[in-house]
Amino acid sequence: MNEINSEKRFILYGIFSLVGLVLLIKLFGMQVLDDKYRESANANAIQKMTIYPDRGLIFDRNGKLIVYNEPVYDLMVVPKEAKRLDTLAFCKLFDITKQEFIDKVRAIRAIANEGVFVPQLSKVDFAKIQDKLIDFPGFYISKRTVRVYTSPAMANALGYIGEISPEQLKKDSSGYYKPGDYIGKSGIEASYEQYLRGKKGVKHQIKNKFNQVIGSYQDGKLDEAAIAGENLQASVDIELQKYGEALMQNKIGAIVAIEPSSGEILALISAPSYNPNMLTGGDFKKNYTKISRDPDLLLFNRATQSAYPPGSTFKTVQALIGLQDGVLTDSTYFPCNQSLVKCHGHPYMTNPQLSIQYSCNPYYYQAFRRVVHQKGESFTSLQEGYKAWREKVMKFGFGRRLGVDIADEGSGSIPLVDRFNRVYKNNWNYSNIYSLSIGQGEMGVTLLQMANQACIIANRGYYYTPHLIRAVGKGGKPLEKYRIRHETGINQQHFEPIIAGMAGAFKAGTVGPMAQQVNLYAGEICAKTGTVQNPHGEDHSTFIAFAPRNNPRIAIAVYVENAGFGGIWAGTIASLMMQKYLKDTTAVKLKPWEVGKIESTEKMVFDKVFNRRELIRQDSIWRVEKRKQDSIKALQRKEEDELEDDNQLNPKE
Amino acid sequence: MGLLSIYSASFNEETPKAFYDMSTVSGRQILFIGTAFVLIMLIFLLDYRFVEGIAYVFYGVTIILLIAVILFGREINGQKNWLHFGSFGLQPTEFTKISISLVLARYLGSPGSKLTDKKIWMVIGGIFILPAIIILKQGDYGSLMVFAALQLALYREGMPLWIILVEVLFATLFILSLIFKPVFLAFAIFLIMLSIVGFMLITRRKISQSYWITFVGATIIMVAFVIFTPKIFTKLKRYHQDRIMVLVDDNAVDKKQGAYYNLAQSKITIGSGGFSGKGYLEGTQTKYGFVPEQHTDFIFCTVGEEFGFLGSITVIGLFVTLLIRIIFIAERQKNRFARIYGYCVASILFAHFAFNISMTIGLFPTIGVPLPFMSYGGSSLWGFTVLLFLLLKLDSHRNQLFSRD
Repeated sequence: MNEINSEKRFILYGIFSLVGLVLLIKLFGMQVLDDKYRESANANAIQKMTIYPDRGLIFDRNGKLIVYNEPVYDLMVVPKEAKRLDTLAFCKLFDITKQEFIDKVRAIRAIANEGVFVPQLSKVDFAKIQDKLIDFPGFYISKRTVRVYTSPAMANALGYIGEISPEQLKKDSSGYYKPGDYIGKSGIEASYEQYLRGKKGVKHQIKNKFNQVIGSYQDGKLDEAAIAGENLQASVDIELQKYGEALMQNKIGAIVAIEPSSGEILALISAPSYNPNMLTGGDFKKNYTKISRDPDLLLFNRATQSAYPPGSTFKTVQALIGLQDGVLTDSTYFPCNQSLVKCHGHPYMTNPQLSIQYSCNPYYYQAFRRVVHQKGESFTSLQEGYKAWREKVMKFGFGRRLGVDIADEGSGSIPLVDRFNRVYKNNWNYSNIYSLSIGQGEMGVTLLQMANQACIIANRGYYYTPHLIRAVGKGGKPLEKYRIRHETGINQQHFEPIIAGMAGAFKAGTVGPMAQQVNLYAGEICAKTGTVQNPHGEDHSTFIAFAPRNNPRIAIAVYVENAGFGGIWAGTIASLMMQKYLKDTTAVKLKPWEVGKIESTEKMVFDKVFNRRELIRQDSIWRVEKRKQDSIKALQRKEEDELEDDNQLNPKE
Repeated sequence: MGLLSIYSASFNEETPKAFYDMSTVSGRQILFIGTAFVLIMLIFLLDYRFVEGIAYVFYGVTIILLIAVILFGREINGQKNWLHFGSFGLQPTEFTKISISLVLARYLGSPGSKLTDKKIWMVIGGIFILPAIIILKQGDYGSLMVFAALQLALYREGMPLWIILVEVLFATLFILSLIFKPVFLAFAIFLIMLSIVGFMLITRRKISQSYWITFVGATIIMVAFVIFTPKIFTKLKRYHQDRIMVLVDDNAVDKKQGAYYNLAQSKITIGSGGFSGKGYLEGTQTKYGFVPEQHTDFIFCTVGEEFGFLGSITVIGLFVTLLIRIIFIAERQKNRFARIYGYCVASILFAHFAFNISMTIGLFPTIGVPLPFMSYGGSSLWGFTVLLFLLLKLDSHRNQLFSRD
């Protein structure tokens, strides 16, 4: 029996081997063939944390810090992991409803593995939740920074950053951005995004089953450090910028100041504006709504996006084209024939120089006629002449985007021949377009283009594309395209009479005494005023200028809506701006009677209100105040009366 | 004596494995190993005849210990199988395995006892049932399964194979009844049986009446089994249901519950080891505590993760070699007692090895059986040590033991 049964041991050998084999086959499948488990293990234990780089800082042209970063804390969620948690406690901690919680997590899960659950917690909030976070798997804190602006100025030029929109995310081909990431939305922040953003880093951390971080994975071998964004040096003089914004308070308009020799923008002011610090941090949404709904269009950059009629400032361009075309010479005199267009009192006969000095309208009516009709009197030659003229105007940078380094730039418009053909059904003549001769009518320019025009005149014929950033990175240069010199095709000698006219305009022409008397530091200022007729209300006041006359260091264009004559308010603001900028470099000693002149003029400008809404507001305040005073007075009178009555009722014995 | 190398090899496996755990755990394990060696010494010092003689006494002592557990024991993980003496815990179940083996060998090994005798079956049943009831009361289903594996030894001694096959059949039906609707399953059984009958009729075999009765009876029993299994199944404790269902159908269990999490983590841990593993002490899963019970029942996870498939081959290979070697040793015994005991040892170790590794990779429900010589725990280590070295002791005296067969 023993011998028979001992054969059974082979069956047992078989069973043992078979079970061992089955186990090994299964293990082979799990360990060698299937990668799923490895990934799960990594997901279990290794948390990839994005390290946000510091966004590049922005300095002004004198090295003053304009924009820097401050740390804030984002609460991140990984929806896949955010499952086994006490939702109720979580909702209580963050003061949200359960439905909000579910919706939010779902919204994030729909687009990515992880996302921002609560953006930009303050340090206080962060400290409050830091310890409790362990109870909520799938949630962690990501530190990042918000922008802080050292001054309340320059909002429109700097722009702002905000969470990337789903549309932007779709368009992004680089794969750099994830939902909840911040991206420059406008201004410098947007156009220099790729320099400012830096490079994100990754940190691999090991977690235990309680979702607590235990340490770094493989001693950080796989980690990548974040690389901070490039610092930018703006060409803007932040003090000048602030000063300009102060001058523009309670006014609507813009100022652009450029260094003619380089195209560097010294100040880019759009008024009214907002404090850039409002569009950072946790209150972004609330403030953005408020700002974007303001009736004064705070987000609209009047310096670069507007399409203002340039008014008389455009006469300089007309004169230059006329001189270049040979239809005008220094001794081409036209009468100030007011039957054609209206003008103002000045010597009757003017040449180009004097016409600029006195801003003679009839002169340009006649000069522009010569320009467009230089090929003949026929309709065809008018069309051709107009086309040729338009080309030359375009060379000055009008009617197209200049290519400044902020995204929000308008092109302005110089109408095409086709447009007249369409509007007038191929039946038009000079009388239909003559408004263009004095910068009115169908044309629109941005203030940046006007400042650029001042640069061209200051440079006697060329310009560099205006730009806000003079150096990218340490010891960097401006972008390539801002180092190219653009010619206008106007010979240098033609600028002299124009410049002489502009110098005359400031000294003894259309510029008002208020602007003249603050010229203490700038040397000889060359200027052209503009008073733009406005069918909707008070004329717009505009002004282009540069100083000093030789080797100009600043060219400026100012536009103040509804402020009347250009030589007064716009001129004064421009003069003050130039004084401010040049004061430090010009060794001028004030004469005793000049002391305080600038300050008192400044005060006048500060106090002046041209914003209609502001006027109404101040008016109503004044009226309320008056009513109050009246009622106080009435009360006092009554008391006096009663006193008298008393006296009457109780006559002294 | 060449065997010792195998034993020590399987022994050594265990030492480094236990080290990953907290220093106290690995430290205590070293203590247990030390005492295990003392036990080995004691066993070799014993008179070999004493081993056989003590069988019934030892059985009695373990039964008393088991009852003591019921009365004074402490409940851990739903199982009440710990007996505490101060800070020192003992699991009598582990020793019961030895005593049952000894008693079984003693009884079956006594002259004239043949498995064809019904009376002997009754006694064998009695040997099993007494501790089984107590262990069932403790909720230790794993140990029960291990006892069931002792049938392999009985099979060697003459128990017909069909009993084991029927058990396998019913186990299969059990799993099938959880996957498919009982009605369909019953119908399928009916069809299969019908086709077998048809086949028999077509081949014109003569079928005796008693065969017919067995046949019809078997069909009825199987159909009844598959229909009632799901109903009985729902009467089980929740975590038992989950542990079984998690193998059958991922979606049937709540994924937030322990059963799913434990098994998923265990599989991830082993699966992430790859071919050659993450390297000693480099396993992220075990190191950071994702695996439940990772130094006791789920010790194989550590091997799988840190040593990968190569580690798995080594461990499984060693176990299979060990088991075959034990059978080999058992077969060369001249004494029936020693041989049966050898088969019992092989069966118990096999059951532990097979159930433990299967449960870590999701082939078997999670039942708390330790992996011999590798899992942390004094009782199990001592139990297995005594179990194995008693056999070696007997083997070393095989020529002195009379063949009483």
